[in-house]
Formats: sequence, structure tokens, C-alpha cells
Amino acid sequence: MFIGKMMKTSWEPKILAFLCNWCSYAGADLAGTSRIQYPPSIRVIRVPCSGRINPLFILKALQSGIDGVLVSGCHPGDCHYISGNYIGRRKSATLKRFLEYLGIEEGRVQFSWVSAAEGGKFSQIVEEVTQDIKKLGPSKRFVKKSFEFGAKSSE
Amino acid sequence: MIQQKIIEKAKELLLKKEVDLVIGFSEWTLPLRTTPIFIRTPEGADSLIWNSLCENNLATYLHKFSRFKVGIVVKGCDARSVTALSFEKRFKPDQVFLIGVPCQRMVDRRKVKRAVKGEILRATEQGDQIMVQGNNFETVLKRNDFLYPSCQVCTHRTPVQANILIGDPVEEVPLVEIHPDVKEFEKKSPSDRWRFFEKESSRCIRCYACREVCPMCYCPECFVDSSSPKWIERGLSPEDLQFYHIVRAYHQTGRCSGCGACERACPMEIRLTYLTQKLNQDVKELFGFESGIDGDALPPLSTYNIEDRQEFIK
Repeated sequence: MFIGKMMKTSWEPKILAFLCNWCSYAGADLAGTSRIQYPPSIRVIRVPCSGRINPLFILKALQSGIDGVLVSGCHPGDCHYISGNYIGRRKSATLKRFLEYLGIEEGRVQFSWVSAAEGGKFSQIVEEVTQDIKKLGPSKRFVKKSFEFGAKSSE
Repeated sequence: MIQQKIIEKAKELLLKKEVDLVIGFSEWTLPLRTTPIFIRTPEGADSLIWNSLCENNLATYLHKFSRFKVGIVVKGCDARSVTALSFEKRFKPDQVFLIGVPCQRMVDRRKVKRAVKGEILRATEQGDQIMVQGNNFETVLKRNDFLYPSCQVCTHRTPVQANILIGDPVEEVPLVEIHPDVKEFEKKSPSDRWRFFEKESSRCIRCYACREVCPMCYCPECFVDSSSPKWIERGLSPEDLQFYHIVRAYHQTGRCSGCGACERACPMEIRLTYLTQKLNQDVKELFGFESGIDGDALPPLSTYNIEDRQEFIK
């Protein structure tokens, strides 16, 4: 019982962050080298561009028991590949609306623009996203039970 | 009358060797059903029919005849699928000859079956009425009460971009403004919506009929079949079924013509068009795009506009 309570109070969300190599990843790096504090709730996956992100990545993350997903890329006009983030923006807009329509809580999947110079903004966004996900609580919908981290596969 | 004109046109095309084959509809052995037919000789064209049960989207078959010149009988939605496919370079521009037929909206055979007691053995259509006969009953039904939801909201019944139009263009007024399933679904709270989606997708038996029947699903390797990366496990776990249904619908973003073929094909009668119809609405709202209408506008997800909405991005 005591352990159960402990686990309940010490729950930290697991957030997956897809960061674009040229801006947001460098922004996160700057936050680190500048010794800016932000919650340790994110796991970073570096992608070449925010346009590289296949919506299936996000869905698979949610299905695997991730509590929240953050997608971050270069500001409009700053894309290393000229138009990657514009393409990504259209995918994000349709996917976000579709997931909310289906009944996945608003805020589980979030998007941001962070440039390589915005270490402060990056830490602030991670803070905000973590707070949002904490409010929503652990992800329940769409989570495949046998997938959860630490749990043994049933197959 | 329209049927006669379709037959004449098909004969003419085949006689002049303008096409190698004509894809159309023909009578089938079961009542309330029609079947696609592939005609290669002018004589064969006599078996073509046209009625309110010609529900299949024949654009699906274009992938199977990529080496031939094909004449194809299309409704409004089918013509839109063909245009959308031409953007994805599925065939050469002069390879397909569209015999466009303004659609009278198609009749939902399942609704008809539900409306009568007993097995239907014969069904005939006369004007605005459908006469159904069984062993010891005979009923006359009003055609307009038994339409598919996707047909009720349709605003593109006259095929655009058709090479020839059989009959006169029809008035483009929807019978209902918003898709009844979308309307009902949007009213619910997020958790109720998820529960509804869970319930619907849990009935899925993964026969992939919805994928096979869709003209836009032609990938040589579908994401469900891919073993590396393995997006989805074999078996019927509820989350995998949900994954399949979300992605199948999402892959239609900006490509779906809203023909409703997926829902008609489903043996488990899972409601599917409320997903794709919503995506169509979103795409129209966000990017002002409707699939297969404009022959020059690029599909929304393969292009961009600097002014696109981004209020959701931090």
C-alpha cells in the first residue's frame, strides 16, 4: 500500500520529443550548455527535419505507452531544407485535429518551433508540455498493454 | 435510357478501338447487388446496366489494367478518385476514357434489408421507388429514404473532368449538410468519442476489404504488411485494430473522394466514413482543398502555403 502510494505521487510523465537536427536539437543543446534547468521528462529523438516525421511515429509512440509527444522544428522560413517544416506543418495540423476528433486528449501531442538560439524557449516549452501532460495524467487510451515499459510482453 | 446510352458509347469506343476494355456494372445473381464487369468486345457491351445499386468505385480496377487503354463508367465520386490518382501518376493522361454518369445517389442495400422482414428475392427499381419481393411479401419503398450517408452529403454528383457526360448534369445540392455520422460523433465528449471508436474498431476482423476496395489504397506494400519497420502486430489486439483504422483513414487525407466504398465493403458493418469524412472537412477548412475537383490543384499534403494556419504550434 505504501509502495502504491509512493508510485502514485512520484509519477513522472514520459514524453517523447522529436527534435529537428538543425534548430530544435541545437536549441536543446544550447539549453544544456547554458545550464538551463528543465524537467527530465523528455526522451529526445533527433530527426533530420520536422518534415521527416511520419505521423505513424507519433501514433506508435502513443501506442507504446508514451504519455505525450512533442514535435519541434525550425521556425517558418528557417528550414535547412527550405520547405520541410512547411510540409511538416500541414501534416501536424491534420493529424492533431484527427486525433482530437477521435478522442485522444488535447495536449497529448504538441508542436513547437525552436531555433538554435532559443535555449531558454526550449526549456520553457518542455516545462509547459510536462505541466500539460501531468494535468492529463498517464495515457490510457490507445496504449497497448503488453508494450508498456518494464512489463513483460504477453506474446 | 441512360443505360442505353452507356451501352452505345461503350460499343462505339470498343468498335473504334479507342479503348482496349470498358469497365462498367452488370446484373448479378443476388437481388440488390450489381457486379463490376470488364468488357472487351462490342457485343459484350449489352450486359452493361445502370441503376441505383451501382455502388462500387470502379476506379479501383485501374491499377489492375495499367497496361491497357481503359474506358470506365464513373459517377461523381469515382471521377474524383480518377483525377486524384492521375496526380499520383498512376496512369498516362490519355490512357483512361471517362464515361461520366451524373449520379442519382446510391441505395443502401443494408438499409433496405433491414426495412423488410424476410429474405429479399427480387428487387426492381422504378423511378423514385424500389419494389422488393420475397416469398410472401411485396413492398414498395421510397428510394430517397434508403440512401447511403456518404451519398446524402454528396455535392459532386456530376462527374467533373469526364471525357463524355451521359445524361444531363444534376443539381449539386446535398440532402443533408453535414454527414450524419460526423454530426452525431462530434456532439460527444472526447471520452465518449474514444469509446465509440474503440467499440467500432474492436469488431474489425482485419480482412482489409476496406483497403482493397479503395481506389487510393494501392501501395505495393501496405504499412500493415511491412515487416521492417513493423508498425502493427499480427492478431486482433484492440490497440492494433485502432492503429490500423486511424492510419488507414489518415492516409486518405486530401485524397479521399468520399465515395464510401470502404464502409460498404466492410463485412462487419463498421462505420468508417465518419473518419474519412472528417478529414475531408478538415482539409477543406484548413487548405480549401477538395480531392479530385480541380485538375490543377496539387494534393494538400504534397505542397504548402507560407500562410498556412499555425496557431496550434508553440
